[in-house]
Amino acid sequence: MKRALCALALAAGTAACSQGQARPAATPAPQQQSASRPADPFPSTYRPLPSQPTLIRGGTVMTATGQIIPNGQVLMVDGRISAVGATVQAPANAVVVDATGKWVTPGVIDTHSHLGAYASPGVQAHSDGNEATSPNTAEVWVEHSVWPQDPGFVRALEGGVTSLQILPGSANLFGGRSVTLKNVPARTVQQMKFPGAPYGLKMACGENPKRVYGERGGPSTRMGNVAGYRSAWIRAADYRRRMDAAASGSGGSGGTAPTRDLELETLAGVLRGEILVHNHCYRADEMAQMIDIAREFGYRIRSFHHGVEAYKIRDLMARDSISGSLWADWWGFKMEALDFTRANIAMVHQAGARAIVHSDDPTGIQKLNQEAAKAMQAGREAGIEITENDALRWITANAAWALGIHEQVGTLEPGKQADVVIWSHNPFSVYARADRVYIDGALIFDRFDPSRQPRTDFEVGLFPGEASND
Amino acid sequence: MTNRFLAAAAAAALAAAPAAAQTIAITGGTVHPISGPPIANGTVIITNGRIAAVGAGIAIPAGARRIDATGKVVTPGLIESSTNMALVEVESVGTTNDFRIQDEDQVAAAFNVADGINPRSMVIPVTRIAGVTTVISRPAGGLISGQGLAFDLLGDNIGEMSIRSPIAMFGSVSENEHGAGGGTRGGLFMRLREVLEDARVWNRNPQAFERGETREFSVSRLDLAALQPVLRGDMPLVVEAHRASDIQTVLRLADEYGLKVIIAGGTEGWMVADDLARARVPVLVKVLRNLPESFESLGARYDNAALLRRAGVQLAITTGETYKAFNIRQEAGNAVAYGLPYEEALRAVTLYPAQIYGMADRYGTLEPGKVGNVVVWSGDPLELLTSVEHVIIRGVEVPMVSRETMLRDRYMNLDENARSYPRP
Repeated sequence: MKRALCALALAAGTAACSQGQARPAATPAPQQQSASRPADPFPSTYRPLPSQPTLIRGGTVMTATGQIIPNGQVLMVDGRISAVGATVQAPANAVVVDATGKWVTPGVIDTHSHLGAYASPGVQAHSDGNEATSPNTAEVWVEHSVWPQDPGFVRALEGGVTSLQILPGSANLFGGRSVTLKNVPARTVQQMKFPGAPYGLKMACGENPKRVYGERGGPSTRMGNVAGYRSAWIRAADYRRRMDAAASGSGGSGGTAPTRDLELETLAGVLRGEILVHNHCYRADEMAQMIDIAREFGYRIRSFHHGVEAYKIRDLMARDSISGSLWADWWGFKMEALDFTRANIAMVHQAGARAIVHSDDPTGIQKLNQEAAKAMQAGREAGIEITENDALRWITANAAWALGIHEQVGTLEPGKQADVVIWSHNPFSVYARADRVYIDGALIFDRFDPSRQPRTDFEVGLFPGEASND
Repeated sequence: MTNRFLAAAAAAALAAAPAAAQTIAITGGTVHPISGPPIANGTVIITNGRIAAVGAGIAIPAGARRIDATGKVVTPGLIESSTNMALVEVESVGTTNDFRIQDEDQVAAAFNVADGINPRSMVIPVTRIAGVTTVISRPAGGLISGQGLAFDLLGDNIGEMSIRSPIAMFGSVSENEHGAGGGTRGGLFMRLREVLEDARVWNRNPQAFERGETREFSVSRLDLAALQPVLRGDMPLVVEAHRASDIQTVLRLADEYGLKVIIAGGTEGWMVADDLARARVPVLVKVLRNLPESFESLGARYDNAALLRRAGVQLAITTGETYKAFNIRQEAGNAVAYGLPYEEALRAVTLYPAQIYGMADRYGTLEPGKVGNVVVWSGDPLELLTSVEHVIIRGVEVPMVSRETMLRDRYMNLDENARSYPRP
């Protein structure tokens, strides 16, 4: 699997699998690229932390594949899940972790975060999430805003979050590219980038774009929003056609490649199916419009985000395989968030669409297990059968699918990256805390070991009394 | 069919005035009276809107409506101690916002939000069916935001629902209000002192002011009059403060003027817990706050409530939310996860807020004579997988429906005809 990923990454022109080799000090030559497939100019330099073979035993293992194994075992070797079961064969040198009385799950994944882009403290100087200068800023990449020293990353890790998607804000029709990260302490965002994860494109419906641009040249209405999407897709389709024609050397008018255009490059990436659409949209009728727009231009929507009214069109979402990145109970803050029901997630799930509990919030991301518990309870109160495995998938496997990293993470299955959480209680208990978090098999957080509790630069020496501890 | 019938019944129930209080006997449950240890297989009798009896082996009055709580848990109704409940419908729709007055001088002491309370707010049912029966709804914004009130979440007339109005004066020395102090902390406190001084001077001879024989005051006559109960120490002043040093400054100011203060927020309260305990100043704590989201909350941590309590500070746990006030039990549960003893967490959402606001003679515990606000839970009230089974407010069992559950039921069937034209 690792090799396959590297092959993929190489095909995309990245350097993701050449890490660890010394780089020449000389100024490198510009990267080679084809016209239609520009090289990745900001390649991931993520490398898993060193790890030892580790056997977690004695705990209740929830695989997120339907299995809940009491007194189960999980073996991690070379950063991968090696075996999962009632008993597994562990190498003699494996570190044995006793999880008796505890629960073991895949790492939590959040499809909707602004950590690093709206970092703590939330001062104006840290407001880097919305390039609110034009309704279409598909050309921006949120990774260029992400500050790895945002203390929120560490707090999320303490809540069991091992991967997350950082999205631009929702001021714009096209907000820009997202980035998917491994939640590890790092000096650069490149060191956090999830190797091989596809990019996402943030789109936004409804009140936000028309509020932000209503008196700044538009759009000022929902119909204006839709015209904005369609006009951009028409240009993107044309750009893609001319790029492809130039690349294939076919004759006609398409012989010369147009000048690279960052906005259209991203949109064309969506049309090619390489970049996943993450669409902020609250109202049912608007989501139905967005589905039609996607059909008109031949792309897919990977996930509707927020979707407070998703339950009203859950059949349409299931039909087009659109996931719903939803809140358990946010509502009331604006008109398009009025028609909430706490059963939203369960109803979307029941209809056969992939339901996901997302945060969009630096506090909520720390307690996605609790948000999932509330959504599960609301479903049960509505008479919808929701298993613990279902609810676990809302914050793991389904989220991984929405980010296009489901082959690598999201479940406890042999061959997957060993992103694992050991919880003090059943993860759907309000009393549950993440005792240990592993990323790629490496122990990256331990609640009981101060030497395994990362801190960001920002938090060092903030209080004189604490300075001696740093 | 069943859902539609339920929805129609729910609509009728919502529209109707609350049924008259009857005698209710809740039997068989684990009763947390809060005033004492839990009672296994306990009974709670509610008559004429009041708790009549609590204990094991109590005789059930003839004709009482029985609620079998076997295997369930019974507690007093929860109290949310800092919200804008019934003062806002849709946050982004300005015309539905009634908790913030635009006052140029940032001092709105005379503003009492009670006249803007909407007993028919759609936020009330969704909150009370989560077990929250009482709220302190408050103004916000500015140095002195105005006066708030306590009320029970059932009824159609705030005059009847009200427990006490006003119940406290609300203000803030948060960084967010620096504008009221010329952009500085010191200025904020200078301004607060100026207002309090003016109120003192005005009170020595209000008639002189009417005759135009006093110097000019920095705030309006109505504000000066409204501050008198605060200066007398009769009315608490709830001050939002987060930085440790700001909390200490509030304590000094309270001492200087003889004010009865309550700290709201108190993010870095754990750092000055001993000062708060010594001054007997309570804190309204939001538990789920652990990010250095501003420079006044660099010390934010989840065990703030536990550390404050360990130092002897009285505290109430609050969501600080309006739409999501229903998450108060999640806040309390997390307080336990981060070190607050379980019984203390229960008290922090029942008895302690009642004590802090001076209404513990009628609220906060299950004791004879107290107001009949009672909740029956399927299990541990602080757990997320526990459902709320019965909510009784002033002796009346409320229907377990809200706009949220009605929309849910309406959309269980996606067929247009079935949904859009419910049978009467």
